[in-house]
Formats: sequence, C-alpha cells, structure tokens
Amino acid sequence: MSLRRRLLTVVGAFGALALLVLVWAPTVGSTSIDLGRVFDTSIPWADNVDAQIFFVARLPRVMAGALIGATLAAAGVVLQALMRNPLATPFTLGVSAGAALGAMLAIAFRLDVGTLGVSSVPIASFIGSLAAIAIVYGLASSQRRGLSTNVLLLAGVTLNSFFSALILFVQYLSDFAESFRTVRWLMGDLDIGSYGPILAATPFILAAFAVFAVLPRALNLLTMGEDVAAGRGVEVARAQRWAFFSASLATGAAVSLGGPVGFIGIVVPHLVRLMVGSDHRVVLPAATLFGAAFLVLCDLLARTIMAPLEIPVGIITALIGGPFFLWLLVRQS
Amino acid sequence: MLQADNVTFRYHADTPLVVDGVSLEVRRGDLVGILGPNGSGKTTLLRLLSGTRVPSSGRVLLDGQEMARLGRREIARRMAIVPQETELAFEYTVLEIVLMGRHAHLGLFEVEGPRDYTLARDALAATGTGHLETRAFHTLSGGEKQRVVIAAALAQAADVLLLDEPTASLDLGYQLDVAALLSTLNRERGVTMAISTHDLNLAASICRTLVLIRQGRVIASGPTDEVLTPAHVRALYDVDADVHVHAASGHMTVVPVRRLRP
Repeated sequence: MSLRRRLLTVVGAFGALALLVLVWAPTVGSTSIDLGRVFDTSIPWADNVDAQIFFVARLPRVMAGALIGATLAAAGVVLQALMRNPLATPFTLGVSAGAALGAMLAIAFRLDVGTLGVSSVPIASFIGSLAAIAIVYGLASSQRRGLSTNVLLLAGVTLNSFFSALILFVQYLSDFAESFRTVRWLMGDLDIGSYGPILAATPFILAAFAVFAVLPRALNLLTMGEDVAAGRGVEVARAQRWAFFSASLATGAAVSLGGPVGFIGIVVPHLVRLMVGSDHRVVLPAATLFGAAFLVLCDLLARTIMAPLEIPVGIITALIGGPFFLWLLVRQS
Repeated sequence: MLQADNVTFRYHADTPLVVDGVSLEVRRGDLVGILGPNGSGKTTLLRLLSGTRVPSSGRVLLDGQEMARLGRREIARRMAIVPQETELAFEYTVLEIVLMGRHAHLGLFEVEGPRDYTLARDALAATGTGHLETRAFHTLSGGEKQRVVIAAALAQAADVLLLDEPTASLDLGYQLDVAALLSTLNRERGVTMAISTHDLNLAASICRTLVLIRQGRVIASGPTDEVLTPAHVRALYDVDADVHVHAASGHMTVVPVRRLRP
C-alpha cells in the first residue's frame, strides 16, 4: 500500500476514534446531566446547573486531556527517535523536573506571577521547564558540532534527580497544606476548571507541532545513526536541535497545564508502532490522535471509577503504564 | 571526481593529528581500497571524504567543488555512505530502508512516487535482495543486512559509494558475497567506490587502486598490482608476508609469514 493511502487510512481511523471520544467524554461523569438543558440558552446561566457542569467542569478537562495527551505522545515519538532509544520518554530529559520545581516554588513561596488569566503555578512551572531545557541543551551542545545524545541522556537523568532533591528539600520546609498541593500537582491532574491555561499553552504546542510536521523523514534516518543520516542528506545537527527544542517546549507547555502525567509518552508511541509500523510520517500523526483519545479515556476512568471522588489522572496512567513499560523491557531483551 | 588535497584533521585542538597531509584522488569508475592498520586514520579519512567531518586544514573536493560549502542534501545526491554495521533503533522493513535512500531527492513534504519505487526495486535486484523486500530488517543475517544497506546507497542514485570496512563484521561466506557484489557493481554499473578495509586479500581481489595509510600519512598509492608488495606490507603492518598471484582465483594473495616487531 502506498504511503499516501496508508496515511489516509491511519489518520482516518485514529481521527474517528479521537473524535468519538472527544464528543462522548464530556457527556459522561459522576453526575448525570441533561444535554437538552446544557444547550438550552433560554435558561439563565446561574440556574442552569447542567450547563455549568458541562462547560466549567467537564469540557475544559476534556480539552486539556486531548491537548496534553496529543502533545506528550508526539513529543515521546520525537524524543525516542532523537535519542535512538525506544524507552525514552518526554520526561527523560529533565523538562518535567524543571516544571515541577517551578510549580513547587510558586506554591511554597506563594509567588504571584499570574498573568492573562493564567495563575502562578502553571506559569512558574513553564519557566522551570524552560530553565531545564536551557541547562540540558547547554551541556549537550558544548562538546561537539551536533547534540551528543549520550550527554543529553546523562544530563537529563542527573537534572531529574537533582531537581527532585531540591523539591524534597523545599517540601520538607513547607507546611502541610503546601506539601499537599505540591504532591497533588506531581500526580498530574486535568481538573483545570477554566479555559485560560489551555489557551495560553496552545500557541507553544502549535508551534512545536509545526516543527514536528517537517521532521518525520529526518527522524526515520536519525534512527539509523548520525553518519548514515548525514550520508543520506540530513543536516544532522540542525535536525537534532529542532527535534530537541520543539519536543521539549511542547512537553514544558503540556506539563505546566496538567502536571507530569506519566507514561503517555511511552505507552502511546509503542502501541501505535505495533499497529502501523515505524515510519514516522505515519507514527507521528497516529500517536498524536491516539494520545488525545487515550488520555481523555484515562481521565474519564479517573473521574468515574470512584465517583463521586475524582482521582488524579496521573494515577490511572501510571497504573496502566507501569506494567506496560515492564512488558516492553522484557519483550526487548 | 573525489579529491583530497593535503588534508589534515584532529578531533580536538589539543590532540595529535589523526590525518596528516593526505592527498588522494578517486577517479570516475575506480574502485579504491584504503588500507592501513588499526588506528591509522582510515575511518577518519573516509569521514573527511564523506564530508561528515570538516578538515582542520586542506580541502576535499567533490566534482571540483569544495565539500565544506555543499549542503548534505547536495552531497547525498552524488555520494552515498555504507557503514560497517547498521543497527536500527526501530523496526523497519527492507523496502522502507531502501526507500530512505531517496531522501535527498524528495521535497519537504513529497512522498516517494513510482520512480522512487522502481529505483529501490532495481537496487534490491542488483544486490540480490529482491526476495527480502517485505522482511523486517532486524531479522536479516549480517550479510543480508549489508547488501540491503548497499542497495539503499544505490537507490540514492549516487555516483560514488564510500564503504567503511564493509566486510569486517561478516563471516567468510558473506565476505565473498559482498566482495563479489561490490566488484560487479563497479564493473557493470560503473559505480565509483572507495573502501576502507583491513583485509588485504579482499582489497587484492576487487580494488583497482590502493592507498596505504599509516599514522595518518599515505605511504604508497597506485594500481593494486604495483602497490601490493612485500616491502609495502612490511612498512604498513610490520609483518613479513608472501605476496603472489593465486593461480585459481587469478588475483593477488597475501600470506602473512611472521611479525617483525612485537
């Protein structure tokens, strides 16, 4: 089958799945709502509980889930190709640890950096992720012409544990309520409750996806090694830089929005590769669509499984992703 | 068509020269063997010739144009690289691998068309790997993998192939397969090649021209039957060797006799 037809089939199938999930998910929840009343504009907003639940509690949550799921899955695909390592995740390079540190500092010191309808915590965590990206890039590009993927990996892993130590230290000094908020943030939660943060994160994510769109053939070749890629006509150092910055920026924006929701960036790319092969021109759009559907479904479980209690979605994805990751490890060796 | 002009190279400013004043020329239709002991600078020289490293001084010219000024895409349309071994991070089919050879000929969002498929299948046929088309690359044997990677280089439709120890990781049978393939491609398709290798007998059997390198310098170069002498083998490896024309195969063979210095 030619690539164009494969792409149409795959995007059609995963697109239909994502659309179905996105339309269905906001109608389901611990409280049953009447869709007729939700869209009935003759009822005043203040009296329309159904519309309030739909538009304030559920819709932003579903939108955030789709955006974050799509972003983390696509960033996972890009970073796995860049690192030539199928076990890499969007959090391997320390971006999420930087975001976590930023978020925690905002919580612990009650920083007031909120602007444009976005509160302090997401903004601080986005700044933290940018700092982590700068540090890792500085280290990995200092040695040679391209990006050393070994240094990237080591710098990322080291930064992850160093930032975790800082987080624990400030946590130890904070009071109970602040600690609790930080821990909740670290679990990954889509209960955003407004559209502002989603709108704020979207431009960064869209910019990253614009870069993703031109990368796939270079990513295919990068997985064969830098010299082969260069020999086939890829400007290796440039492709690596674009891949690193776009995937990291997208990850930073997604994590600022919903916290470090784990395992999406590895479970989704692998499931997609099992279904459609390894050509990044197909994998990338498929993982984007499937990632959106997957995280919204996980969040649906999180909202309903212990209703009326809503548990953070990060717990669900970790419960699914942990065993999956181990299965991958065993299958690989 | 490919020329190194007094090229030197060091990996870092404070490390010794790995390539020290090398000049050589790969002519159209030639099959050049670059021979030398471990650490002599063969692989580095090949990287300089392929443009993946830039010389510290001197120039490398491709069709008279300085390599450092050409983009990777432009170089890739004329010259392809075959590494010693290819390890993939992900699973691709043989056809996908060979089609990737077309990268430099496709526009940013262009998809391989009928012509690209024809060229890829031609290349598979020329390397005797047509029957492997739908197989997953990682399930192939070492010899099959190497032939598929050579097919990808052919599909790149490049005039020059640079091969870094193409038989080093293969057993005897596959070594002969790959050697025969390279020789055929050179004779029948007119593909110009430069090969770095340890294997004197491989070089003797297929190379038209040899360049002998020791400690980053050329110690001899020229037609194979003139360069491959006991004196040169001794100068290259510190090994006394018997060099003669093998009656059955018709090409020169080198039989190592003893090591001169420990």
